[in-house]
Amino acid sequence: MKDSLVLVSRVPAHPDSRCWFLAWNPAGTLLASCGGDRRIRIWGTEGDSWICKSVISEGHQRTVRKVAWSPCGNYLASASFDATTCIWKKTQDDFECVTTLEGHENEVKSVAWAPSGNLLATCSRDKSVWVWEVDEEDEYECVSVLNSHTQDVKHVVWHPSQELLASASYDDTVKLYREEEDDWVCCATLEGHESTVWSLAFDPSGQRLASCSDDRTVRIWRQYLPGNEQGVACSGSDPSWKCICTLSGFHSRTIYDVAWCQLTGALATACGDDAIRVFEEDPSSDPQQPTFSLAAHSRQAHSQDVNCVAWNPKEPGLLASCSDDGEVAFWKYQRPEGL
Amino acid sequence: MERVLGLLSSTLSRALWSSGLSEQGAARQPRIMEEKALEVYDLIRTIRDPEKPNTLEELEVVTESCVEVQEINEEDYLVIIRFTPTVPHCSLATLIGLCLRVKLQRCLPFKHKLEIYISEGTHSTEEDINKQINDKERVAAAMENPNLREIVEQCVLEPD
Repeated sequence: MKDSLVLVSRVPAHPDSRCWFLAWNPAGTLLASCGGDRRIRIWGTEGDSWICKSVISEGHQRTVRKVAWSPCGNYLASASFDATTCIWKKTQDDFECVTTLEGHENEVKSVAWAPSGNLLATCSRDKSVWVWEVDEEDEYECVSVLNSHTQDVKHVVWHPSQELLASASYDDTVKLYREEEDDWVCCATLEGHESTVWSLAFDPSGQRLASCSDDRTVRIWRQYLPGNEQGVACSGSDPSWKCICTLSGFHSRTIYDVAWCQLTGALATACGDDAIRVFEEDPSSDPQQPTFSLAAHSRQAHSQDVNCVAWNPKEPGLLASCSDDGEVAFWKYQRPEGL
Repeated sequence: MERVLGLLSSTLSRALWSSGLSEQGAARQPRIMEEKALEVYDLIRTIRDPEKPNTLEELEVVTESCVEVQEINEEDYLVIIRFTPTVPHCSLATLIGLCLRVKLQRCLPFKHKLEIYISEGTHSTEEDINKQINDKERVAAAMENPNLREIVEQCVLEPD
């Protein structure tokens, strides 16, 4: 287990500050990082080393909490505690601010692009989730303000292939939304976590959703369509979501992030105990009641809380992580034999 | 007076231990935890109350016994503080929690994880307050609010 997650490189990405989040571009060649120093840095390889290719220092007045690349890879969105979301267009050597999305009453906690590239979602401490539409002229329009959560919304993520949106909140729930007759509605609420849900990740098929929480567990939820074989009840035409697995007893502090590798299915977690863990689903387990085993555990991956883990979308086993210590680390993961 | 005696007894037990007259291993742990707890208390007792011209120690918002230190592993400790707000005012309690966190984050020299709670039964919305002051994202955002930051800075300023 010790050799299955090996450190490749470590960079002081946001010195004297904390690094909050990381995002790989769709081509897997660039990594964007953002942090408490209000900056966004873009990292790429030069030979064997990871170096900083660009810095975006203007744009936000406060912490940049998350960044997200558009599916085409030409745009980067950044969500900030200054209550705005900036959209940056990638030019040859630089990034140019295309527009600033305003409207949230306070800190924006997350931003995510839908797979189609035409929709963007943001969420905030103001308890709302906003859906934005973007047209060919780079014009952004808010098409829906969803007020389903009763507290601070921490994270939003889109389904890999459908126009289905998921959100995680300080109110201990996960909510799902879809478009119904020209309006966005909340179509499911997933209850079970006993504290703040910090992050979410869909599996490659989009049939399952992983959530991680301050309650120190990871929960796996599965979508059941109306008329399903397993006899799981659905209300009307909306699918039902059921918790099919809970990973407990592995993490000793808050789990801040979970990432599901779209290439291999491995599940990585970022924890407040400074560790990174990777789980693999047991191949012989029942799909309706899967079991996961701990495949790798890097106990002191960072010297402080790990805030984010991100699998490279093109290179299997390449994992990036970042921490309150301001550093970004790159890891090579290899599934242990016999697992 | 109590504190002087506390220090005296820890010096004494250290002297006994190094001279081989005291039990090692099991006896060492509690002594280290006590010393660490004292280090923490020394930093928080001088924090000023946001409203009154007194320190948290003077108002008995914090006491020596309200600090608990546990060893997580070598060189890493879990610090737990249970404080008693003077009035059941939500925002004040949150503010005190913020001051405690900021002071220790900046000044505590050893590697630690910090949990801050309102001592049980002292507040009607204690669960809500505890959740907020232990949410590091909420704390970070609050400290970027210039007004809030100014108040916290005034409270944690070291006395001359």
